[in-house]
Amino acid sequence: MKKEQQLDLYYQMVLIRRAEERGAELYQQGKIGGFMHLYIGQEAVSTGLIAAREPRDRVITAYRDHGVALNCGISANEVMAELLGKATGMSKGKGGSMHMADTSKNMWGGHAIVGGHLPIASGFALGDQYAGNDNITICMFGDGATNIGYFHEALNLAKTWGLRVLWVCENNQYGMGTSVDRASAVTEIRQKAEGYGMKNGQVDGMDVMKVYEAAKEALEFVRKEGQPYLLEIDTYRFRGHSMGDPERYRKAEEVKQWQENDPIGIFNKYLLDKKIATRKVLDEIEARAEDEVNKAVEFAEASPEPTLDELYTDIYAD
Amino acid sequence: MTKGFYDKYGAARVKDTPIAENAIIGGAIGAAMVGQRPVAELMTINFGFSAMDYIVNQAPKLHYMFGGQFTLPMVIRAVGGGGRQLGATHSQTPDAVFAHFPGLKVVSPGTPEDAKGLLKSAIRSNDPILFIEHATMYQVRGEVPEGEYTIPIGKSKVQREGKDLTIVTYCKGLELSVKAADELSKQGIEAEIVDLRTLRPLDMEPVLDSFKKTNRAIVVEEGWKSYGVGSEIVSRIYEEAFDYVDAPIIRVAQKEVPLPYNRTLEQAALPQVADIVAAAKEVMK
Repeated sequence: MKKEQQLDLYYQMVLIRRAEERGAELYQQGKIGGFMHLYIGQEAVSTGLIAAREPRDRVITAYRDHGVALNCGISANEVMAELLGKATGMSKGKGGSMHMADTSKNMWGGHAIVGGHLPIASGFALGDQYAGNDNITICMFGDGATNIGYFHEALNLAKTWGLRVLWVCENNQYGMGTSVDRASAVTEIRQKAEGYGMKNGQVDGMDVMKVYEAAKEALEFVRKEGQPYLLEIDTYRFRGHSMGDPERYRKAEEVKQWQENDPIGIFNKYLLDKKIATRKVLDEIEARAEDEVNKAVEFAEASPEPTLDELYTDIYAD
Repeated sequence: MTKGFYDKYGAARVKDTPIAENAIIGGAIGAAMVGQRPVAELMTINFGFSAMDYIVNQAPKLHYMFGGQFTLPMVIRAVGGGGRQLGATHSQTPDAVFAHFPGLKVVSPGTPEDAKGLLKSAIRSNDPILFIEHATMYQVRGEVPEGEYTIPIGKSKVQREGKDLTIVTYCKGLELSVKAADELSKQGIEAEIVDLRTLRPLDMEPVLDSFKKTNRAIVVEEGWKSYGVGSEIVSRIYEEAFDYVDAPIIRVAQKEVPLPYNRTLEQAALPQVADIVAAAKEVMK
């Protein structure tokens, strides 16, 4: 990977971190409502993964979607505006934290029913198969989603019909407050693909370059073979499941241990060690991300509320 | 219904699915979102419950929730209704359940002409549509216009004119109501029949126009009475035409039981022509 792209990935990871830190503050001030699930700790997963896609590849994910939205090229302004429920959000303030999409960036949401978007992802790939192109649908979901029926119906369909889906399980060790070993028959999620005769792999999700390489390889397989692939990416969320999570299900030492493997810290060290960037360059990147987030918060706060007539728009297309 | 499709249109276009309702409906939603125009078939509406999340919680929401970014031009075709001794889990008429959700359109034709014209409109629509047919009505014969035609979704229709009372109904209820109206006519009562055809969006105009003329009405549906289509129609008449009410409006519907297998018991639970005649005579008192 070229130096410029590596520095851009670093920028994206810091941007996600800063945007979500500010988001958490705004949530605590009551400016953001509903559920909000932070991606902090998992930034390398989406950043490495999305960097490996072609622009024509579709991305669909679950409700932990702010980072994915930013990686897909949705502006921090729009992300922040949607969080604040403003008319300038990409979903006009009608979707909120869990429903961020921009089809022009091939980001197809932000879906909040656990596992519910997986058969939809198979449907995207079916549409592309019928259209005769070789676009890939990248479908991200958590470990918790692999225990629900949707997952199995979607994987079975994708393999049976030869659909181009890259299934990406972000295994962050907990489905809400329940650890993987207490909810799943197998703790190595990728084994579930074996039952469908589906090629699969596993990678360390705290290292953005490793994620990128694994995703590149998996996407190449899917494109060339016209078959799905399941990639398990092991990671950890540093914050609670959502903003209201008291985190009684895990020990502080465990969180601390993972935080020592901070994906931003790891990548920072990698860039310095390999002499790809100097400390000064990285500091500048961090300042730029901070600045973009500040501007996004200003933009969102200054943006108008949706007008009341928006209540009745977009119920039907016809 | 789809006999010969595979040979005519080929394997890419006509897909045999696994019996996996979430994959069927979820897959159709996805294909629609990326620009296809799928028609997903549920063997019966009862199996729609297995895909309830998609039918009521995803398809009707995705256009609105993402600020109009996604459109879902798709049809879910399903067969509903009782009367074939299939037991309680395979015989339901849960149309009102689905019609409860804004964002979904629910269509249920009562004549061959409407079945063809409405299905064509449904496939050409850019919204998710649940198209419910009745299992015992495939044998119904009726005139179908020659050549290309469509019938608009969201338009109720007067299927029979009359001056004495209004029967509001749809789908299987239409077949029964026509027979009842013939019977009533022999007894000197001329019933006007308004066929809803689409349950959501509901077109009340022909219903209200007819009611303002007759001042008396009954509502006939095959589903259960409680919280049903009839409940909605009656409320709307009372809300929008109270000054025209000359008699309490009566609902004719299914008895409040899970539908039994035994033929006699099943028929006792389903609304019959005689029930409609009796209800009509009651409101004419």
